[in-house]
Amino acid sequence: MDLVLVNLIDGLVTGLLLFMLSAGLTLIFSMMGVLNFAHASFYMLGAYFAYQISIYLGFWMGLLIAPPLVGLLGAGVERYGLRRVHQYGHVPELIFTFGLALLIEEVVQFIWGRNAMPYMEPEILQFTAFSIAGNSIPAYKIFMIFTSVAIFIALLFVLTRTRVGMIIQAALSYPRTVEALGHNVPLVFMGVFGVGTALAGVAGVIAGPVLTTFPGMAVVLGSIVFVTIVIGGLGSLWGALVASLLIGWLTTFAKAYNIRMEDILTGVGFTKPEVIWDSMWQDLWSLTSPQIADILPYLLMVLILVFRPYGLFGKRDV
Amino acid sequence: MHNTVRYGLGAALAMSVSATALFADTVKIAFIDPLSGPFAATGTNGLNQFQFAAETLVNDKGGVLDGDTFEVLGFDNKISPKESLIQLQVAIDQGVRYVVQGNSSGVANALTDAIDKHNRRNPDSQVLFLNYSAVDPALTNEKCNFWHFRFDGHADMKMDALTDVIAQDDSIKKVYVIGQDYSFGKAVGSAAQSMLAEKRPDIEIVGNELHPIGKVKDFTPYARKIQASEADAVITGNWGADMYGLGKSILDNGFEGPIYTYYAAADGMTAAFGEAGKDSIRLISEGAQNPPPTPQAAEYIEAFKAKYPDGNVSQSRITNTIEMLAKAIEEAGTATDVQKVAAALEGMEHETMWGGTVYMRPEDHQAIQNMHVFVHTNDDITYDYDNSGYGMLTESTIENAGADTPTTCDMKRPS
Repeated sequence: MDLVLVNLIDGLVTGLLLFMLSAGLTLIFSMMGVLNFAHASFYMLGAYFAYQISIYLGFWMGLLIAPPLVGLLGAGVERYGLRRVHQYGHVPELIFTFGLALLIEEVVQFIWGRNAMPYMEPEILQFTAFSIAGNSIPAYKIFMIFTSVAIFIALLFVLTRTRVGMIIQAALSYPRTVEALGHNVPLVFMGVFGVGTALAGVAGVIAGPVLTTFPGMAVVLGSIVFVTIVIGGLGSLWGALVASLLIGWLTTFAKAYNIRMEDILTGVGFTKPEVIWDSMWQDLWSLTSPQIADILPYLLMVLILVFRPYGLFGKRDV
Repeated sequence: MHNTVRYGLGAALAMSVSATALFADTVKIAFIDPLSGPFAATGTNGLNQFQFAAETLVNDKGGVLDGDTFEVLGFDNKISPKESLIQLQVAIDQGVRYVVQGNSSGVANALTDAIDKHNRRNPDSQVLFLNYSAVDPALTNEKCNFWHFRFDGHADMKMDALTDVIAQDDSIKKVYVIGQDYSFGKAVGSAAQSMLAEKRPDIEIVGNELHPIGKVKDFTPYARKIQASEADAVITGNWGADMYGLGKSILDNGFEGPIYTYYAAADGMTAAFGEAGKDSIRLISEGAQNPPPTPQAAEYIEAFKAKYPDGNVSQSRITNTIEMLAKAIEEAGTATDVQKVAAALEGMEHETMWGGTVYMRPEDHQAIQNMHVFVHTNDDITYDYDNSGYGMLTESTIENAGADTPTTCDMKRPS
């Protein structure tokens, strides 16, 4: 029972981290209709920038400086790259962001090499906050939870309670009308892209010490972020939050408990074949949940696409 | 886009190679291992060590035969068996006669089959497979062939040595085994189970599980399970990013017992484990560094560190591979007739700079050498890893480990 609590916390950490990535991605998509393949690369840049800054100025300055830096870079990419490609339609945009992802990975390898970077938690947070049944919950994880929740609340506040948020939401649905009212829509787009990538940067800064800062970190997380926003519904902030938490808990619990396919199948009423190694279903019978934990979100995505194509909270078709 | 870049680079490489070939003969060695993706660090460091070994141990000493030099060419297989076979073909087309590979037994299994087939069909361009690190026992047992040589001890030999050490530790009552879900991970798991059952029947295996290789983002749930099982010790064959993630999660979770591993050192890992891993991380391998076994070894490590300040001499078997290949070529008197070179490698005894001898057992082409169990610490460390102050200290040594391990290999030699 104690382990359930530990896993709830672990899943929450994973989910909130995923949320910070998918929030930016889903914002960018709902604004500009661009699926930004390079989004996870900005997350990686966040981690590397913060590592480099932390060598000279410490972790906290890294947390402060790296995300705006990533955001600026993102805004620059929008202003001088995406905006030019935009007029040729969505496919060139996709290809542009895809190429950008490859480029960023190569550049990171060129500058920092292929080894994992010794990017560490700040010393002030290197202690055990509390432990449950011998499992220690590091203070850093608690810090991660609070940071992500704070960011979610701030984002929600800006989007729903401020003038800027209203313009953004208006530009979302009626860009031409908003432009006719005298607002600079391209500037809004650039801002959203910058903020979206900065959010990915924040995720990178705080995830780097836990999930290892290495050149493959973008690829490892890249696909799951897309899965998240598809499940949550493209363009929905709440959807991104719910889907992220769902995926976080789903994978954590699947890994933490050895649920065996054998038990499920016999529970449903099948009988295990006598000579299992001759049976064509051998692989199915011997499956355990930790083996397939990381595939479950994709399975969920397929189910969502079949039964609710616009996602959990989405308003339009994918 | 990725592909065009690679072909472009490949073409440029091919041109530069053919240009140098005009002046002196080079013995080309293809290094087929991951140079991108989650295991890129392991692969790249291996390539650096091979190139450095070829440079200092062979080329700087006048090369082989009449001044032929070794050239190690990197081929990125993205850790995929399919990609490896493509790269193998590219390498053979470039005139490569020696293939070295080590990361992932899945890849090694595919390569050894492909090379066996290629050599039977193309007697004019036969190649040798020098396996420096893929340790699935099958490669020198039921899947052995004449063209494959393994310079590392295989998983069962290492587990034999490791379980000897575990058996002596009476405080260990419960053991957790975890590994990557492919042939090697499974081999480690089953070997640990059967050997512990034999040597210490009182030890309970409280967990034996596999996780997807190279796909796990966060190992925390696994670490929680290990803690919850109340295990006294952990055994894992993980390597690369998977070892890094697993080790860090287990240590972060407050586990203090010994963690017996095959590959938990260097490539950024030693630095990351740091103080938390002290006296906890254990590693079974050949080639001791602390204390340095011979003056040559010390000199070699220092020269390597001078050239690659951020690198580590983490795989000492690489120097054995290069030195033994050079010796075999000299003995055979040819670098192109690999059948003769293979015959010279068989049964070779090589004085290694890492202490002791390496004996290439002719029955199965498996190297027999001293194995050591190291502990991760910062006390009495002469040569650290990752410039972290921490390194691997020799705790116990097993002379000619596994010399008596039986083999089921039925070697078919070309007539």
